[in-house]
Amino acid sequence: MSSETEIVRTTTWSAGPGCHGGCGILAHVRDNKLVKIEGNPDHPWNRGRLCARVLAMTQYTHHPDRLRHPLKRVGARGEGKWEPISWEEAFDLIEMRMKAIRDEYGPESMLFNSGTGRDIYPWICMLAYAYGSPNVMFGLSGSACYGPRLAAVNTVQGDFAVFDAAQWFPDRYDDPRWRRPECMIIWGYNIHATCPDNLFGHWIIDLMKKGTKIITVDPRLSWFASRSKYHLALRPGTDAALAMGFLNVIIQEKLYDRKFAETWTNARHLIRTDTGCLLTEAELVDGGDSANYVVWDAASGRPVVWDSAAADYRGEAPESPMFSGTCDLELVQGEKVTCRTVWDTFCAEVEQYPPERVEEISGVSAEVVAEAARYYAKSGPAAIHWGVAVDMTPALTPLVQALSCLWALTGNLDVPGGNVIARLAFDVAPYALPGSDGAIRLKSGEQDKPRIGRDRYLPLDKFYWRCSTDLSLDQIFSEDPYPIKGMWIQTAGIMQGLGMDPKKWRSALEKLDFVVAVDLFHTPTTQYADVVLPATTFLEKDSFRSWWVPLQTINKAMNVEECLPDMEINFELARRFDPDFRFETLHDLYDDILKPSGLTFSELQQKDWAYPPEGSSSCPYLRHEKGLLRPDKKPGFRTPTGRFELYSTLREQWGLEPVPHHEEPPFTPVSRPDLAKDYPLILSTGRRSPAFFHSEHRNIPWLRDIDPDPVVEIHPNTAAEHGIGNGEWMWVENWMGRARFKAKLTPVVPQWMIMAAHGWWQPEKEAAEPSLFGMWKSNINQLLPMGHQGKDGVGSPIKHSMCRIYKAGPEEV
Amino acid sequence: MAEKQRYGLLIDYEYCTGCFTCQVACQQEYGWPAGMGGIRVNEIVQNLPKGKAYLTYFPFPTELCILCKPRVKKGLEPACVKHCMAECMTYGPIEKLAEKMAEKPRMVLWAPK
Repeated sequence: MSSETEIVRTTTWSAGPGCHGGCGILAHVRDNKLVKIEGNPDHPWNRGRLCARVLAMTQYTHHPDRLRHPLKRVGARGEGKWEPISWEEAFDLIEMRMKAIRDEYGPESMLFNSGTGRDIYPWICMLAYAYGSPNVMFGLSGSACYGPRLAAVNTVQGDFAVFDAAQWFPDRYDDPRWRRPECMIIWGYNIHATCPDNLFGHWIIDLMKKGTKIITVDPRLSWFASRSKYHLALRPGTDAALAMGFLNVIIQEKLYDRKFAETWTNARHLIRTDTGCLLTEAELVDGGDSANYVVWDAASGRPVVWDSAAADYRGEAPESPMFSGTCDLELVQGEKVTCRTVWDTFCAEVEQYPPERVEEISGVSAEVVAEAARYYAKSGPAAIHWGVAVDMTPALTPLVQALSCLWALTGNLDVPGGNVIARLAFDVAPYALPGSDGAIRLKSGEQDKPRIGRDRYLPLDKFYWRCSTDLSLDQIFSEDPYPIKGMWIQTAGIMQGLGMDPKKWRSALEKLDFVVAVDLFHTPTTQYADVVLPATTFLEKDSFRSWWVPLQTINKAMNVEECLPDMEINFELARRFDPDFRFETLHDLYDDILKPSGLTFSELQQKDWAYPPEGSSSCPYLRHEKGLLRPDKKPGFRTPTGRFELYSTLREQWGLEPVPHHEEPPFTPVSRPDLAKDYPLILSTGRRSPAFFHSEHRNIPWLRDIDPDPVVEIHPNTAAEHGIGNGEWMWVENWMGRARFKAKLTPVVPQWMIMAAHGWWQPEKEAAEPSLFGMWKSNINQLLPMGHQGKDGVGSPIKHSMCRIYKAGPEEV
Repeated sequence: MAEKQRYGLLIDYEYCTGCFTCQVACQQEYGWPAGMGGIRVNEIVQNLPKGKAYLTYFPFPTELCILCKPRVKKGLEPACVKHCMAECMTYGPIEKLAEKMAEKPRMVLWAPK
């Protein structure tokens, strides 16, 4: 008997479209079955629009291959033999095995792995912390997606910032507070293909239609590049040199906002010329604080102390604080030193990058560098937005510093149409991310001590509460300083997506005593688990989003057999692992997390979404002037000095370079001319497909139809040199291994580079080894290394390596 | 006798980003199997002088496009137009669309069967 179609308003996030979510949808459900999805025209985020992946949900929710029952492995790992078990059996088995590991080796011996921007980070942290392990791991080498950018921006600015498409206001572009960016730099970003980083990609197309001009930084001729005023086709991995070149032009030609630099940065703080370090109050006066810095008052010829905690001068502000120049001081011990300002130190580094040198490094003509820099600086307001290419290089932090300095010094920080500070809605923080502690947290500092990489990589300690992926992998083999015995992998693909060097990951998984995978379909990763649990799509769960604005709920529309939402699975196990777990139901937990908003979960469900009002720290603009960013409500930023730091005090303390600069990545023709002889082409990976979110969706017919094969984009001239025709199968190979792709001949890539699609496996192929869903033939990560993370533990060479290519033989097709 | 009013789709291919929303929106609406549907997106890379190129996407209404008559009767926009993320598709009477087309370059007007 057929019932009426029910229309459920809800919000997308992760499993299903796979993305970082945010779109308002109307789910049409009949007899507990999804019949259609329409965009919600009233939702301010997407205003009725939707992507192909959401529109294909009817092929996803009821897919014949969906996991519908918990499974227990019965053959060897990788043999693909399973037996269905009940949830009770699954929970009991997991509880017993994980408690045995905890009893024998300690809770830190379990790793908890999640994918990128997923909705489950709070819930995986909840489980890990209830179990007692601080080792929550994002599986990319150098955690090289988004988190590092967040941490790096937080280091110098105290808060993250994104381009302004009026997403802060329910009436969006009609809000009188908003201004259209005159110019936008799109830096290593094909945002409209997958909407990463909690942004709706086509907002930029909205802006372009309203007149925003685009500068694109991308080695490929992307869609944006085709429509740009300037396209800067740089050599991958030279982004920081280009950003420094922009700063060079802007400072040389005095196109920067001097007032912002004077008032809101630490430009005037003094640096000793003998040590090259910041002069602190402790060096100047007896009993002085080493966290306080010093400014020179040219009028009185005396030093004035900058009280970092107060984010202000101690006592009277200097009449004429020195911005540029040198001064001589006598220290507490009577020692005489000469100091110069942070501004001069910063400029001395920037001077190393005139456009001509930038051209030598990056391949972008000096003239274009200078013109684009001028255009950006003279456009007001202007925004920069960056993609994962920024994270996928080991020296990402200096690069992020350079880009942050660009928006700050051009007066574009937290202004309408500029780079606007993005905060969790109403400061609702479910779990620890850079800049917030979160409601879900470890019980004590003691529990955090064994977190892998915490003591070695200080940014991880301060801003990025994850373990180091690279060190964790090493530790599985070395068991030093303690053994890793198990892994909980939740809607993540360490084998087919996240993991570089997947053969090494396979060996690691083989070595572990106990592996649980939670997913919606079998994947290459689930083949290495002992227990596989069936999770749900966003349509089958109650949840919420506070990732920036608005605050909104995800509302359950249906269920699919025995599948359980991630948070329900983790909630049940958290209760079993932690006798002190304080919540009776998930809704109790949601209410607790949502407290700062003044709304309960059910109240928020009734409203659909809530935007923070003017005067809230999550509502722009110019919050540093209004005292809305710091806990003490003083004007300034949430940094150690209260100022945007052109010279990073934290990086100085950490023994890392405090000012932005370029470092040549490890595997380029410049750093490794020896390898370039055998591997003459630059290998770049990860160009986005609108059909897939990373390794997902290869099994959804409408989506696979859009992008049926693993492809390598190759320039027609390069292909001709290698005798490769369009659509022919070819091998991409380097010193680590090889993978097979279909050649797509296109002039969108330069002749010296190929672009290999990532995340490829073929769900239609044999699950068991040696096929592993065809992954060993088409996973490009086999050519990319683990263990080359940046000096600060984050960033990794994923967007730039080296390779050679050749046509596949007929027997290999 | 008055001619029957004909309707069409105006597509601004300057802003079509190749998101394939229209293609899948149509497949969802009518349950077409993969490989079939009322609109297909094509990629056209235009080679230009001096080694330059211009990347274009171009949604093509097929023999199966019925301009979403059942939706339009209910007062809804065609599924492709409604969901298009670049908002580069307009549905309407051909004369009206032709007027709109005069206002901006890089447009194409389709009148499916």
